[in-house]
Amino acid sequence: MAIIRSKDLVHEYIRRDEAGNVESIQTALDHVDLEVEPGQFISILGHNGSGKSTFAKHINALLTPSEGVLWVDGMNTSDDEYTFAVRQTAGMVFQNPDNQIIASVVDEDVAFAPENMGVPSDEIVQRVEKALKMVGMYKYRSHSPNKLSGGQKQRVAIAGVMAMQPKCIILDEPTAMLDPDGRAEVLRAVHDLNREKGITVILITHYMEEVVDSDFVYVMEKGKVIMKGKPRDIFTQVDELKSHGLDVPQVTMLAHELRKSGVPLPECILTRQELVASLAKIKNGGHE
Amino acid sequence: MLREITLGQYYPANSVLHSLDPRVKLFGTLVYIITLFSFDNVPLFAMILIALIGVIKLSKVPFSFMVKGLRSIIMLLVIAGLFNMFLTPGITLVELGPLKITDVGLINAIKMTSRMVMLIIGTSVMTLTTTPNQLTAGLEKSLGFLSKFGAAINVDFHVHDIAMIMSIALRFIPVLIEETDKIMKAQMARGADFETGGLVKKATNMVPLLVPLFVSAFRRATDLAYAMEARCYNGGEGRTKMRPLTYTSLDQRAYICLFMYIILFYAVKAVL
Repeated sequence: MAIIRSKDLVHEYIRRDEAGNVESIQTALDHVDLEVEPGQFISILGHNGSGKSTFAKHINALLTPSEGVLWVDGMNTSDDEYTFAVRQTAGMVFQNPDNQIIASVVDEDVAFAPENMGVPSDEIVQRVEKALKMVGMYKYRSHSPNKLSGGQKQRVAIAGVMAMQPKCIILDEPTAMLDPDGRAEVLRAVHDLNREKGITVILITHYMEEVVDSDFVYVMEKGKVIMKGKPRDIFTQVDELKSHGLDVPQVTMLAHELRKSGVPLPECILTRQELVASLAKIKNGGHE
Repeated sequence: MLREITLGQYYPANSVLHSLDPRVKLFGTLVYIITLFSFDNVPLFAMILIALIGVIKLSKVPFSFMVKGLRSIIMLLVIAGLFNMFLTPGITLVELGPLKITDVGLINAIKMTSRMVMLIIGTSVMTLTTTPNQLTAGLEKSLGFLSKFGAAINVDFHVHDIAMIMSIALRFIPVLIEETDKIMKAQMARGADFETGGLVKKATNMVPLLVPLFVSAFRRATDLAYAMEARCYNGGEGRTKMRPLTYTSLDQRAYICLFMYIILFYAVKAVL
């Protein structure tokens, strides 16, 4: 059974004037259908304003659909009864690491969610320890978050979500404000959680390189899902992606251009290693 | 320069006072303040002074740290002292033109200033030995009776909310200071002047600093509200604590000392 399933999901931001009359309606999500199986690593790609963050907030019941339905682990997010159960099942990590850390000490921040859930004290201590170890931040447990780097703060935020013991985590552009080192360390932590703990991951991003390792990719534009498929299938459609103003990973682009100018490379090269291997094969093949 | 500001002037050390439960320290400070404002003769004053010196010795905080707090109120002390000295009616001791120093005035001035000095030093012992987090936790727990009482008479005192607001404020002070610093530098790079000019000019120069700071603070608040909701925050009800405050035998002994102090103080007060 799908852990997250949306059907004809529509969300409209309605702007009202002071008298309460509708001034304008902006459709942020336009009949989105999506399905995520447990344990998958899903990426959602799109520009600013494509509706991807709005969609993320729906999975966490921070927003509820204007039309259509969204189920998280079989629970309808529009049902108030399930709001907290939904949030425990699908934890959310936000973009700005500073604005989601609540406490002045790392372990107290990680304890925030289980405290809210009313977990007994000694179990909170265990959960916090486990969550901090998962992201490799245990030795910083008594530090002040202000003294940490961006990547470390973001890993603390992930630990804060993991302390709820969710089945799924949604990351809304978690690396947008980080330097390349920070990005790499956060992505490594997320991939480890997916692989080792079987946590379903939904990564929302506009960096193409981050998408390469995922099981399935959705590309969104103006509230609609315009492309979906395995990363390989998506990135072979270089021209289609370009027409939507999206870039492909640099390596894929290079391979694409080489192919166009006659180098017999296979389609859909996603990583540097693949490109090197293919080029080596061609070179060796030439010699034979 | 802005980075040097530290709030909650906690002084880390390993003393008896540091390891006491914040509730004990809050209660102790309250008792201290009450006795400080109700002494009316020299032996009682001496008793409070001895207690204060004893506590300072126990805290292992250098005395110079406690005096620091006094620097900002020195003008206030001088003015209050002078007014008391010159403007209280009584038997005239010295006459300086239109001003008279009376016996009652002199005693009042000494009483007043020593009370204020001891108030500042005494309360700073508490803030120096308690982290801001402990302090908020202690306040929330000690004022817990208010929410129970409030529920009985249908008034919400928002004890948990206020404690939460305090701890979030403390968390964001360094973040906002850093942000102010950034905005300041960005504006200085474009020719803004924050350093020269009189008080009024300096204050008006701050306006372009405040506007972007407020905008960003509101944006942060929205983000934080989402992040808190996403982590199942639903007010204080049904919340547990990772490290709930629990009394140890040390705290019990401290309470016994406090009660002995109260009894002794009022016994002496009644006799004399």
